[in-house]
Amino acid sequence: MTSSDNGPRRGPGARRKQRIDDLAASGTTTATVDEAGAIDEGAGVSLIASAWHRLRRNPIFLLGLGITVVFVVLATISPLLAPHDPAEWILKDQISQQTNPVPDPQPGHPLGGDPKGRDLLSRLLIGSRQTLMVGVLATLGGLTGGVLLGTIAGAFGGWVDSVVMRVVDVMLSIPSLLLAMSIAVIAAEPSQWTVIIAVGAVQVPIFARLLRGSMLAERSKDHVLAARALGVRRRAIVLRHMLPNSLGPVIVQSTLVLATAIIDAAALSFLGLGNPDDSQPEWGQMLGQAQQYIYDNPHLAFYPAACIIVVALGFTLMGESLREALDPKSRR
Amino acid sequence: MLKFIVRRLMQLVLVVFVLSILLFAWLRALPGGVVSAMLGERATPQSRAALTEALGLNDPIPVQYLHFLQRAVQGDFGVSTGVQTGRPALEIFLERFPATIELSVVALVLAISLAIPLGYLSARRSGGVIDNASILGSLVGVAVPVFFLAFLLKYWFAVELGWLPVSGRQSIGNATSVTGFFVLDGILTREWDAVWDSFKHLILPGIALASIPFAMIFRITRASVLDVLDEDFVRTAQAKGLSHRVVRGRHVMRNALLPVVTAVGLQMGLLLSGAVLTETVFNFGGVGSALEEAFRERDYPVLQIIVLVAAIAYVLVNLLVDILYALIDPRVRP
Repeated sequence: MTSSDNGPRRGPGARRKQRIDDLAASGTTTATVDEAGAIDEGAGVSLIASAWHRLRRNPIFLLGLGITVVFVVLATISPLLAPHDPAEWILKDQISQQTNPVPDPQPGHPLGGDPKGRDLLSRLLIGSRQTLMVGVLATLGGLTGGVLLGTIAGAFGGWVDSVVMRVVDVMLSIPSLLLAMSIAVIAAEPSQWTVIIAVGAVQVPIFARLLRGSMLAERSKDHVLAARALGVRRRAIVLRHMLPNSLGPVIVQSTLVLATAIIDAAALSFLGLGNPDDSQPEWGQMLGQAQQYIYDNPHLAFYPAACIIVVALGFTLMGESLREALDPKSRR
Repeated sequence: MLKFIVRRLMQLVLVVFVLSILLFAWLRALPGGVVSAMLGERATPQSRAALTEALGLNDPIPVQYLHFLQRAVQGDFGVSTGVQTGRPALEIFLERFPATIELSVVALVLAISLAIPLGYLSARRSGGVIDNASILGSLVGVAVPVFFLAFLLKYWFAVELGWLPVSGRQSIGNATSVTGFFVLDGILTREWDAVWDSFKHLILPGIALASIPFAMIFRITRASVLDVLDEDFVRTAQAKGLSHRVVRGRHVMRNALLPVVTAVGLQMGLLLSGAVLTETVFNFGGVGSALEEAFRERDYPVLQIIVLVAAIAYVLVNLLVDILYALIDPRVRP
């Protein structure tokens, strides 16, 4: 899924100089965290502050942030914006009168209707809520599961680590969509929740692996050794020293995962494993349902697809620049 | 080296073992159980009881698992309960398998042959127009769902322009099948029309599927070339006055390609996921479409074999990648 960065997006001439500056800066910030980490976790702020300082001037990040903010605001206030009820069959009369089953754009319905005579614009607007919900809940689920597994593996090491990691290996050895499909198919009734669980479960091994990696790196750091030498209990070491310092990459990953989660959910809907109840519209579902009208009414598929693409792009841009800013290794 | 391979093969056995337990548990977790899945909800109690007995579902669970394993080892994955009811699941799988391999190979070759040169160029001229355009392109590529890209390609090039076939693997009945790989078949039987025909059917799905590995390989190549370009040995090579070609080939690319090899291996799983979606759009008749059909029909025996083989293939490919990696880079050799 991810193993490298995206490189520079600054001007050509300033690159080398910038890189040296960055490298120097990263050295000091990480050192601060390392030294101070043992004393108080508040030192993490300096890392975030320095990252923010860089991000503020990064146009890619700002674009991603902009798209994300617009999307979240839209999803929040969409009931106020939507001109019609997304489930109401307003244009039903027109369907029987026309040879084309899809109502055309007309006053009051700028994008026309869907094949069931519902206002398309309203469905797109309201659809943002479900899409956001699926993405966020699936990612939160995957994050929780992954952090739990990764913490267990990273904290105990030894055979516990081996066992947990083998389980993660098996999960990773099943292609993600296949895993999601399998989980979705076990559920007797497909619903929004099966999609969320399926998409979330697929992310668990990724988060687990990532967190375990940084936890293991953290184990041998000076502040952890110092805490251990001072006789701090293991639980406190893990929860107060190792975990907070290893969460960085995981947090960044979750921005990227949000984009994949939205796309994966759309893929499940496309395959007919999504929520069959379309009174609460969702972009992936709308896209899936538009397939059968593609030849005569491609716009039915294009609108929700465009929305998905823009939102996924927003999260991706933001995540990539975040990772670049927070991870000194991948920065150049 | 041998010890390393043996250890990895042991791991593979372990993974397959755990996977078989999961699959077994999965079959048992099915809504209504296997019997309902095979007979439908409205079967008579007598026939249900008969099938339950025949499938050995009255045995203790560990015994059932052993039976399941025993049959699976012998290649018996049950018979399809879907469209082709009664046909062995393995047979269905083997029939569909070549199509997916063919498609994946085309997609991977396409992605690699575009992404690696572009990644190099991009890193060489980082910050330039080509670089920024490719970065943006690869990010957009990540954000566009593969089935939608497949859809767009089909809509424009097949439906609107009519340049390429809309769906399927070949025009009806114009080739003799030898291996199941249609392009290869055509070459073997010297039916050049059939080769061209099968190839035309591969172009659009191939491009759509290639978008997934392309973005990833491009970005990793670019990052890795940037890393290597900064190394002292490259500067030394340049300072020694070695020709551009030698520096690029022997010093930069050789070292930069290491992470790329690993990344290509990691792409395999994604490639199969993408194939499911691409094949569905183009009705391509490979494992992907079979999988989608099996899900729609709740054809569990077919699902099971596809999941199992996909996972084994994935693990094997990654093992191969690790061996290859060790061969290229002596430092990681254990």
